[in-house]
Amino acid sequence: MSGLQVVFLIVAVVTLFSGVMVVASRKMMHSALWLIMTLLGVAILFATLQAGFFAIVQVLVYIGAISILIIFTLMLTRRVMDEETTQVIKGWWLPALMAVILFGLLAGLLATWEDFQGMLNELPADVENLAAFGTALVNPAGYVIPFEVASILLLAALVGAIYIAMERKEKAE
Amino acid sequence: MLNDWLYVGIFALVSMFLPAAAISIAALLSPRKPNSVKNATYECGMETVGPAWVQMKVQYYVFALVFLVFDVEAVLLFPWAVAYKQLPLYAVVEAILFILILLGGLLYAWRKGALEWR
Repeated sequence: MSGLQVVFLIVAVVTLFSGVMVVASRKMMHSALWLIMTLLGVAILFATLQAGFFAIVQVLVYIGAISILIIFTLMLTRRVMDEETTQVIKGWWLPALMAVILFGLLAGLLATWEDFQGMLNELPADVENLAAFGTALVNPAGYVIPFEVASILLLAALVGAIYIAMERKEKAE
Repeated sequence: MLNDWLYVGIFALVSMFLPAAAISIAALLSPRKPNSVKNATYECGMETVGPAWVQMKVQYYVFALVFLVFDVEAVLLFPWAVAYKQLPLYAVVEAILFILILLGGLLYAWRKGALEWR
């Protein structure tokens, strides 16, 4: 087993455990902190896949902004989830069964993919990748429409969230 | 390339180990004689006033959200900036359009008073 595989296994176990703890821990603030651990694990996975830019983005946006937003949202709630109520819904076995079936289907599908057993390809240095990504992002034959639509999506998210937040504040006053 | 990340990993491990060592050595070596005054909750050396779980101002949420939106904008503009010298003029105009659309959001936030601390 190569060093990279050892790193992958450790990171995968930590990420999965943190992911389970996000839904299993009884205090919402602990869930948010476990979520940061999960996102950090995903960032390390990106790094092992030589997607350095996405590893940085994962830390910067997901941990630096989204987790903070979630924690601020938790701080807004007056009454945090009841610590006595049961966390498992009735009929939990049905979603569990669906998840297992979906996982089996995806794993089966991936196993038929010829590169599944293959090794990682060495990519050129990161700067060239990033420049190619940037060129493709604004290329009319590439991803310029998703690029501009992303801007409108962000605008809609910003306007909608400010509308909701400020509306509630005016009502409270 | 991956070896560069190894340094980051070693650095992260060391940075996790140092505080963990400080805390665990203190926990192992320190004498423990608890009494009710020592175990009392305090904040910044003072006795606490009221419950700890108070509702925070909504401004924290709005600020974090505006930050998130412009963080994502910066992430999307970063590859474009890296490729800047290879790009034709219309590509630069496209990115300016991208910024202008989001500038509308900033203006909206500004007009709505979301950027003010009240």
